[in-house]
Amino acid sequence: MRKAQLSRQAMCDRLAMEFEDGWVVNLGAGIPQLCSNFDFGDKTILFHSENGVIGYGPEPAPGEEDLQLVDAGLRHTTLVRGAAIVDHADSFALIRAGYVSATVLGAYQVAESGDFANWKLPGRRGGGIGGAMDLAIGAQRVFIAMEHTGRQGELRLRTRCTLPITARGVVKLIVTNLGLFEVTQAGLLMREIAPSYTPEEVQALTEATLIVPPDLRPFRFDERREEAER
Amino acid sequence: MRNKIYSSADEAVADISDGTVIMFGGFGPGTPRNLIMALLRQGAADLTGISNRAGGGRGVTDSAIDVGQLIQARRMRKMICTITAAMKSSMVVAFDRQFEAGEIEAELVPQGTLAERIRAGGAGIGGFYTATGVGTELAEGRECRRINGRDYLLEFPLRADYALIRASRADTFGNLQYRRAQRNFNPLMARAARITVAEVDEIVPVGTIDPDHVHTSGVYVDRIVKIPAPPEGIWDAVSRPPVD
Repeated sequence: MRKAQLSRQAMCDRLAMEFEDGWVVNLGAGIPQLCSNFDFGDKTILFHSENGVIGYGPEPAPGEEDLQLVDAGLRHTTLVRGAAIVDHADSFALIRAGYVSATVLGAYQVAESGDFANWKLPGRRGGGIGGAMDLAIGAQRVFIAMEHTGRQGELRLRTRCTLPITARGVVKLIVTNLGLFEVTQAGLLMREIAPSYTPEEVQALTEATLIVPPDLRPFRFDERREEAER
Repeated sequence: MRNKIYSSADEAVADISDGTVIMFGGFGPGTPRNLIMALLRQGAADLTGISNRAGGGRGVTDSAIDVGQLIQARRMRKMICTITAAMKSSMVVAFDRQFEAGEIEAELVPQGTLAERIRAGGAGIGGFYTATGVGTELAEGRECRRINGRDYLLEFPLRADYALIRASRADTFGNLQYRRAQRNFNPLMARAARITVAEVDEIVPVGTIDPDHVHTSGVYVDRIVKIPAPPEGIWDAVSRPPVD
């Protein structure tokens, strides 16, 4: 029987819990965008989008879209109070110079050294870099949200990346549908594990050797969301 | 004062010849869709394009009115852009098929580096060092330099014969204002081309725009076209890409 794995929203909620008041956060297109659905309560998080929107808010209601306002994933968005619009050079100056507190990106592979690969698949002539390489070297913290294994069962948490890398030694935290992992000097530390999985089962789906601490915790869900969904 | 106002997009791109290097503004909003369609009708070929994407994008297909129209019509010889392969099969567009088949050339550039290369081209800068791409495949064969203990790659400026851009408002001198995320690459490209052509929602008399609120000085703008009302003119529409 296939075990229940973490939903993409639960994965992104978990990373969003790490965001601190006042952070400037850049979310990659796709799964990472779900981080902005988290209820940050009293914390003020400023979301930056690579197309020069500093301070975007929730998706507008249908019919209320602003035709000239989209996020990096080309979804219509809104502005929060205090937002600013800058050009593309300015937007990436902000990224490279370290004003982004954290970025959440997708990946095909992450290595225990903090290297990651997210722009080129095997056998393809082209690749898709977009803003990922700039965010990877510029943001103060790089978080990854990805499925633990690929569609064909490829092991994605690795000793070394086998795909062309996006940046070296930059990843701090990884959330997958099986748990939360931290890149440490000693290697990949499993911090939290999905319900119904054992460390041995997660290790069997991981190419790198995981460090399993004695205080391995169950995966933290957003209780408010669970409450709301019940 | 030289008249910069052109009566139509077709007239504004009429002199673009084969083999020209063209910058195309836009990141969704801010795409000069009317100028692109005029260039398609005009027929210039063997072109080199510089733009964020080679057409398409999340939830955007071959029917999108962007540089992808010129690629589908085989007018482009080469693209300098930030994505040369769709990351999902649902996002494959004409460029991806032509590139995989070796029918179009491309130079893949990280987005911040692309923006800065265009900025440098429009700022009289001979090159710059960035940490973006260090240690990756893109660094192979390039000059790497350690500055204050960190490694950087040397990047060169980009310039073009023409920049086709989109703004919200122009005055008759060519001072431009952009609205919201329409800005993106447009102000950078306006400065980095020999001839800059802007399509705009409205044209107002010179002196109408407060000098403090000019985003691109008319110094950089050579031609202005007001977008006609639909259906003749192409205006932005709601985009609905899937969340994933």
